Amino acid sequence: MTPTLSGRIQSRLVLVAIVGIPIAVVLGLILPRPTETTTLGDMYRVFFVALALVAIVGLVWELIWHGLQQFRWEKDWPTLFGLVTGVPEGIVVWLLLRAGVPIDVGDVDGSTFVIMFAITWIAIWLVANGPLQVVFIRWRFQGGRFF
Amino acid sequence: MAAQTTGDITDALMADSVWTDADLDAHGIPRWSVPFVTIGGGIGSFAMVDALRVAGVDPSAMLVLSDLDAPTETYEHLATNSQIPDHERLRSDSGSVLDCLWGWPGYALREAITKRRPGPVWQVATEPILSEYFTPQAGQVYQSVHREAARIGWHTMLRKGVVRTVRKRAGGDYFVLFTPEPGTAPTKRVAIHARFVHLAVGYPGVRFLPDLQAYRETYDDYRSVVNAYEPHNHVYEEMLRRPTTVLVRGSGIVASRVLQRIIDDREQHGAQTQIIHLFRSYPQGWQGDSRMFRRPSRRGWTYQAFNFPKASWGGQLRYQLEGLEGEERVAFIDAVGGTNTAPRRDWQRQLEEGARDGFYTQALGTVDAVEPAKGSTRVATTIRTPTDGIGVLEADFILDATGLEAEIEEHRVLRDLLEHGGAGRNVKGRLDVERNFEVRGTAHGDGRMYASGSITLGGYYAGVDSFLGLQHAALQIQGALASQGFSRRLGALRSTSQWLKWARNVAP
Repeated sequence: MTPTLSGRIQSRLVLVAIVGIPIAVVLGLILPRPTETTTLGDMYRVFFVALALVAIVGLVWELIWHGLQQFRWEKDWPTLFGLVTGVPEGIVVWLLLRAGVPIDVGDVDGSTFVIMFAITWIAIWLVANGPLQVVFIRWRFQGGRFF
Repeated sequence: MAAQTTGDITDALMADSVWTDADLDAHGIPRWSVPFVTIGGGIGSFAMVDALRVAGVDPSAMLVLSDLDAPTETYEHLATNSQIPDHERLRSDSGSVLDCLWGWPGYALREAITKRRPGPVWQVATEPILSEYFTPQAGQVYQSVHREAARIGWHTMLRKGVVRTVRKRAGGDYFVLFTPEPGTAPTKRVAIHARFVHLAVGYPGVRFLPDLQAYRETYDDYRSVVNAYEPHNHVYEEMLRRPTTVLVRGSGIVASRVLQRIIDDREQHGAQTQIIHLFRSYPQGWQGDSRMFRRPSRRGWTYQAFNFPKASWGGQLRYQLEGLEGEERVAFIDAVGGTNTAPRRDWQRQLEEGARDGFYTQALGTVDAVEPAKGSTRVATTIRTPTDGIGVLEADFILDATGLEAEIEEHRVLRDLLEHGGAGRNVKGRLDVERNFEVRGTAHGDGRMYASGSITLGGYYAGVDSFLGLQHAALQIQGALASQGFSRRLGALRSTSQWLKWARNVAP
C-alpha cells in the first residue's frame, strides 16, 4: 500500500468500523468466557474499549508509521508492515486496558485479549489488502483516502 | 469548398482546422456518429473502455479504432522483442491487474490458485522485506486481458483501420477521420462524429540513439546494430553459433533483461559471448539529497523496484507531483524516474560472475563515432572517456537498449492535433493534459478530448506508462465523463455489483 497520512487515518477508522465492530460482536458471542461469572456485557466492554483504543491511540501510531515511511524511497508501506505493527499496537492497547485507560473494564483475561486482538487485526489486514478495493474502487489510487 | 464525391480528403479540406458536416458531404465522406471513440486500440484503449463498460456504458456508444486485432498485440510485440516471452516476468506489481479495475485478486493470488502452490502469496505478502517484489508472468497478463476483452464486448466495438486525423466539428464535438480496412466500407474514408475522443496511441515509434541510426543509414547495416525493441533474434542465434562480442548500450530494465538473456545462453547453451557494456553515465552510491529521498546505485546501475517509486501511482508522491508546475515538475519526474532497473538478485549474480570471469566488462564514455572496424566485419565504436581519453570498442553486434522514447510529432494524429486541434506540449515535450487527462486546449463546444499512456509523460502523473497508470487515467477520465452525463458514477454499490459480474465472467 502507498498511504498518505490522511489516508492512513481514514482507512484505520473505516476499517475499525466496518471490520472491527462486526468481528467484536461475533467474537463476544463465540469466544469462551474466561470465568463463570463473566457476562456478555463484560466481554463487549473489553472488546469495544480495545477497539476504541485501536482507533484513537492509532492516530498517534499513524504519525509514527508515516514518519518511518518517509525513510522508504518507495514511500510505500509493505504488506508485512501492516501485519507486524499489530504487535506493538496490541501491547499498548493491552497495557492501557490493564491500567484502566480510558475506563476501568475490570480484569482482562490475557488469552481472550490476544485471541480477540489477533483475529481482529488479521481480519482488518486481509480486508485492507484486497477486498476493500472491490467496494471502493478509487481507494488504492488515493493513498487510502475515502474522502 | 468545391464539391467532390470521391470519399477521400483533399488538400483544401486538410487545410481547414474546423470541418462542417457539409464539407464532408461534399467530399462524399460518410459520417458515422457515436458518442465516444478511443484511438489506438492497445492496452490504453482497453483500460479506458473497460472502465466505461464497468461504469455502465453500452458497447453501442463506443468505438475502438485500431489496426490491432487484440489490445495486447503491440505490448506483446515489444515485450517479446525485448526478451520477455510469455513465461518471463514483467516489471509490474501484483495489484496492477490490467483486466481487473479493482486490483483484486492480484496476479500473485491468481497464480497461487492456478498453480496450486502458496509461493506467490507468500512473496506478495512479504515483499519487499523478506522477498523480492512479486511480478506477473507476461502470459498471465495477456490471457486475462483477452478474457476481459471478451467479457466487455471489445470486438463489437473494434473497427479495424487507421485514424488519419481528428478535427473540430463546426458547432461542437469532433470528427475522427478514419481509413477503414479495405473492403469494410464503401469509401476510402469515414468521418466519425464523436463528442468524446480518447487518444491512447502509445509510443509513436522506436527511438534509436542518433549515432547508431547514422551508422545504420550510412552503411546500410541493419543487422549488426539493432534496437532491443525490434526483432533481433538473429543476434542470439549467431551468439550460439560462434563466439561473438556484443556491445550493449543502456542501463535500464531492457538492458538488464537483454543481458540476462545473453548470459542465460552462456550458462545453459554454451554460448561464448563476450559482453561490453557501455555507460554514458556511471552512478555509484546513493542518488538523492537526503536520507528520506535517495535510492541506491551500484556499478553504473540505479535501482528501484518499478519505473517510479510505488507511491507515484496512488500515494504521497502522486499528490506531490500534482502540485508541481514547469521545471519543478520536470526535475521531480527525473529524480524519481530516469533510467533505472529492478534490483533482481539473479541479474546481479550473473553480472558479478561475468565481471569475475571476464566475459562482462563495463566501459564508460560518450560515443564519438560508430563505423565498420578496419579489417573485420565488426563494428567499431569510438568513445571519449571522462578523462578525455579515446577508446575503441569492437563488437560483432551493438544492442541499443536505451529505450522507446520518440517525439510525439512522429505520430501523424498527434502532429495534426498540435497544428490544428489546439493541443500543446507539456514540460517534457509530450501531450499536455490536465490532472484528469483532458488534452489542454482541445475542448470544443460540448466535445472533450482525453489522452492516456506514454504520450502524456510530463504531466501531473508520473506512472502514465504502466498498467496501473492506464487504469488510473481511465478512472480519472471516467469520472470526468460521468460529470458530463456520459457513464454512471462508480460508487460503492455499483463497484461491488460490477466486481461480482467480473468475478463470474458475466458481461457488465
